[in-house]
Amino acid sequence: MIVPHLPIIQVVIPLLAAPICIVMHRPLAAWITALIASWLTFAVAVWLLINVLNADAPILYSLGGWAAPWGIEYRVDTINALILLIVSGVSATVLPYSLASVRHEIPLRQHHLFYAALMLCLCGLLGIAITGDIFNAFVFLEISSLSSYALISMGASRRALTSAFRYLILGTIGATFILLGIGLLYMVTGTLNMEDLANRLPEAVPSRTVFVAIAFLTVGISLKLALFPFHVWLANAYAYAPSVVSAFLSGTATKVAAYLFLRFTFGLFGQVFSLSELPLESILTPLALIAMLLGAIAAILQTNIKRMLAYSSISQIGYIVLGFGMASQTGITASMLHLFNHALMKSALFLAAGNIIFKTGTANLDALSGIGKRMPITMSAFLLSGLSLVGIPGTVGFISKWYFLLAAIEQARWLMVSVIIFSSLLGAIYIWRVAEIAFLRPAIEPYSMKEPTSSMLIPTCVLAGSCVYFGLETSLTVSLARLAATNVISVEP
Amino acid sequence: MELLGHYNYWITIVLAMVGFYIVISSHNLVKKIIGLNIFQASVFLLYISMGKIIGGSAPIISEGTQVYSNPLPHVLILTAIVVGVSTTAFGLALILKIRNVYGTIEEDELQELDR
Repeated sequence: MIVPHLPIIQVVIPLLAAPICIVMHRPLAAWITALIASWLTFAVAVWLLINVLNADAPILYSLGGWAAPWGIEYRVDTINALILLIVSGVSATVLPYSLASVRHEIPLRQHHLFYAALMLCLCGLLGIAITGDIFNAFVFLEISSLSSYALISMGASRRALTSAFRYLILGTIGATFILLGIGLLYMVTGTLNMEDLANRLPEAVPSRTVFVAIAFLTVGISLKLALFPFHVWLANAYAYAPSVVSAFLSGTATKVAAYLFLRFTFGLFGQVFSLSELPLESILTPLALIAMLLGAIAAILQTNIKRMLAYSSISQIGYIVLGFGMASQTGITASMLHLFNHALMKSALFLAAGNIIFKTGTANLDALSGIGKRMPITMSAFLLSGLSLVGIPGTVGFISKWYFLLAAIEQARWLMVSVIIFSSLLGAIYIWRVAEIAFLRPAIEPYSMKEPTSSMLIPTCVLAGSCVYFGLETSLTVSLARLAATNVISVEP
Repeated sequence: MELLGHYNYWITIVLAMVGFYIVISSHNLVKKIIGLNIFQASVFLLYISMGKIIGGSAPIISEGTQVYSNPLPHVLILTAIVVGVSTTAFGLALILKIRNVYGTIEEDELQELDR
């Protein structure tokens, strides 16, 4: 009885959990509510993925029983199912961690509000991934954005406030651009359903309105995605947010934006149209390459460990967009793999950084001298996921970079190949710098404390461990990513 | 008179550019929020004028009417207006907190204080 309603349940659980958190009011009760809700959503996401793979066809769900082009339709195929799994998985691992970490960083009387905002953000991100209606996607985008502004502004430093405000301004501009694009598409086709739009758009193609719509949508989503020229909000927002929020958002928010990008450029406009009639490829590829290099160089120059990780995120987003720009099946496979892998690695890194800040009270790299001896488990997790970011064989990072290289070699683009390798080497520099400070320098300060509580340690280790697990056991992720890629590029030119 | 025939779009474009310019150019955070509001209002106008059908009446079934306006864009924009209002409310609340912590809401002074 409940199984046909799973797609809507996926979104409704966190949506209901948010007001319950507020009603509960007591910090512990709110945390338990959020924990149960996010574990339930994770279970639902796993179930949906298994069902999609078994059914070999998308799962459709009409809201309120209204048939597709008129009503809102939820549509789960292999791509969404993977994104749903990433988002709910990250939230399910981050929540156990949040109990101790949030208690440390946020005043007790705000805890219920914090968990409510976190649940709303989760609801919005899942909603964007699952919906088959572009206006619905906009509404969920705003739900997730508004709650993430609130989450970021709760950071301990006062700079959290100004970074949240800057993100608010840029995020709202991006969302309004997306709204404009959706409006123009509706004007031309008279429909908001993604499937319907994909069918009707080819008839309306040589129209300036459609081109303008694509331009607005591309810029709007790139702002949310933090692609190179639009990345300014990301570094401070992730650096000054509470540790839990940095780990959660870095693993989910940009991934969902990347998914939306994929949906619009390939799903709606069709690969042939986006890449042959429009110079999208020649715009995306240089931007992605610049993002990869500049992000990594900026990361090397940082002295704050969280800012360093944030800049590294900008560089990794470049990789993902590069795969989209290649528009080949291998390219998209690489991007989908990297979506999944980067969510694991970066969340693990931010959780490990959160452990360090929890214990030392500072995010300054120089203050971490010799910390590897005090916190061996945390630093090993950091090093492991850091090596994965660089792309050492045996970790997930290697798998996705390998596919990026394959895709670039396939098209004989040697500049791209060299930039991929060079950017990975730059990644090795900033990870090595942390390792060198933590393990090789003497411990200057007599820290009386050791590792943080196990509730923070276990999620960090689980994520870092999965970086290795999925690096060795690649059949599941690669086959999923390949399936998703064939779904996207079904129409070969 | 092709140019004037589409005056609703001209208003949309002008409002959007005015709003966008205010967001980018002003240093005062409240003014930025006002600019954002004008920018969003321009998109609301675009949607609302999209629903108008020449000679169409209000979308309520009545005898003797054949042509109705399209109600869907209006419904959509109601949602977007709600989103806009909540963004403004949150932005203003954030400005209040920034004012309490920093003692100023001028962007250049904020950057100076954080240096």
